[in-house]
Amino acid sequence: MEQIIQSFFNVRIIQAAFPFLLKGFGMTALLVLTVVPLGVARGLTVALLSTAKSRLVKWMVIVYTDFFRAFPPLVLLIFIYFGVPFLGIDLPAFVAVAFGFLLNTSSYYGEVFRAGIESIPRGQFEAARSTGLNAMQTMAYVVVPQATRNVMPDLISNTLEVVKLTSIASVVALPELLYAARQAQSITYNATPIMAAGVIYLICLWPVVRLLSRFEHKTISLR
Amino acid sequence: MMLDKFMLTYFNWEVMAQYLPKIVEGFFLTIQLALSVVVTGILSGLTLSLIRSFRIRVINFFIIFSVDILRALPPLVIIIMFYFALPTIGIRMSGFTATWLALSLVLTAFAEEIFWAGILAVPKGQWEAARSTGLTSLQTMRSVVLPQAVRITIPPLTNRTIAITKGTALGAVVAVGEILYQAQAGLAFSYNPSPLTLGAIAYLILFVPVVCFGRWVETRFAWKR
Repeated sequence: MEQIIQSFFNVRIIQAAFPFLLKGFGMTALLVLTVVPLGVARGLTVALLSTAKSRLVKWMVIVYTDFFRAFPPLVLLIFIYFGVPFLGIDLPAFVAVAFGFLLNTSSYYGEVFRAGIESIPRGQFEAARSTGLNAMQTMAYVVVPQATRNVMPDLISNTLEVVKLTSIASVVALPELLYAARQAQSITYNATPIMAAGVIYLICLWPVVRLLSRFEHKTISLR
Repeated sequence: MMLDKFMLTYFNWEVMAQYLPKIVEGFFLTIQLALSVVVTGILSGLTLSLIRSFRIRVINFFIIFSVDILRALPPLVIIIMFYFALPTIGIRMSGFTATWLALSLVLTAFAEEIFWAGILAVPKGQWEAARSTGLTSLQTMRSVVLPQAVRITIPPLTNRTIAITKGTALGAVVAVGEILYQAQAGLAFSYNPSPLTLGAIAYLILFVPVVCFGRWVETRFAWKR
């Protein structure tokens, strides 16, 4: 027990590593705040494209989403971070990471929004169009707001996954929370910083997990 | 000219031929790791959800607590805890074991939640009807509730399983010789990204069919509203 506290919950080491972890946390937050809005916007665009009449567009959207859903995000990240510079393009680490996450996560958001839009009955489109709204307005004022509400739990769940996903940026040395924790661990020869990082993730994400659990049980009792 | 350079950089046949055997080796290790995670995770998730259905307060509290933690922590953090933190108290495991264990635990947590949701979704009347025909509660669970519950859970479970299985690439961080690890090693040795291209192709060969299967399952087992 003594040894576990010494190696995992060492107060002195937490004190020393805290500013470090805090900086890492800031980077994680910045990454989330960049990737989530862009991912949602791009996902919504992808979903709207999938409602297009043209078969070609529909088909291209499916290829795009399936391609990036099939690719493990870490592989995508490494490809962009280590592979692209060979073309002579020098991407800053943050841009490379954010771009990789964006490609991955927009496919998932796209699938969620597509399911949402498909859940809206045709009558809604027809009614909206018959009141004189054009197709764009129908989407913007009638379909998308309802679709978003229908898939809210999935949107939150996906956002939770994005926050967790940012931890893999540590592999390409972007100084986010997990990276900071691993640096602190290798300097102090003590696992406490990693545990502390785990606790920080828990504090931030546990409420979201609880909320999702509530959502899930609510949808079931409605059935 | 540009295209030539591009091909020589990303599709360098010489380099590719040299590292193909390694990537193939990694390919099979990825499959092995993925299958062990899927089997362990789904079976233990199902078991936990069945235990939860006995509604024993202390046990259920413990299940919900652990499931919540496993859903909130990033899988890479769990892998790193197992591989880099546990040795400091004398528990050592290989990178393969650490990745397998971490991903299995995460899948267990998600699978338990999904199965539990499925069990709850079976109307109470089904239980009562089955019990009144003389089935014991175990028989009711096995022959009446579970078959219906599993059917509902198949689409979300498939999607979640696919997402977690892709996490096998995280094994590269703890030196598991799967596809990504081999591809990165190839890149480092040859100073050419063609092994990465090869790795990417290997992942596509492995996961595009899986994603398409997931899409099919989603439409096949869709809820009729």
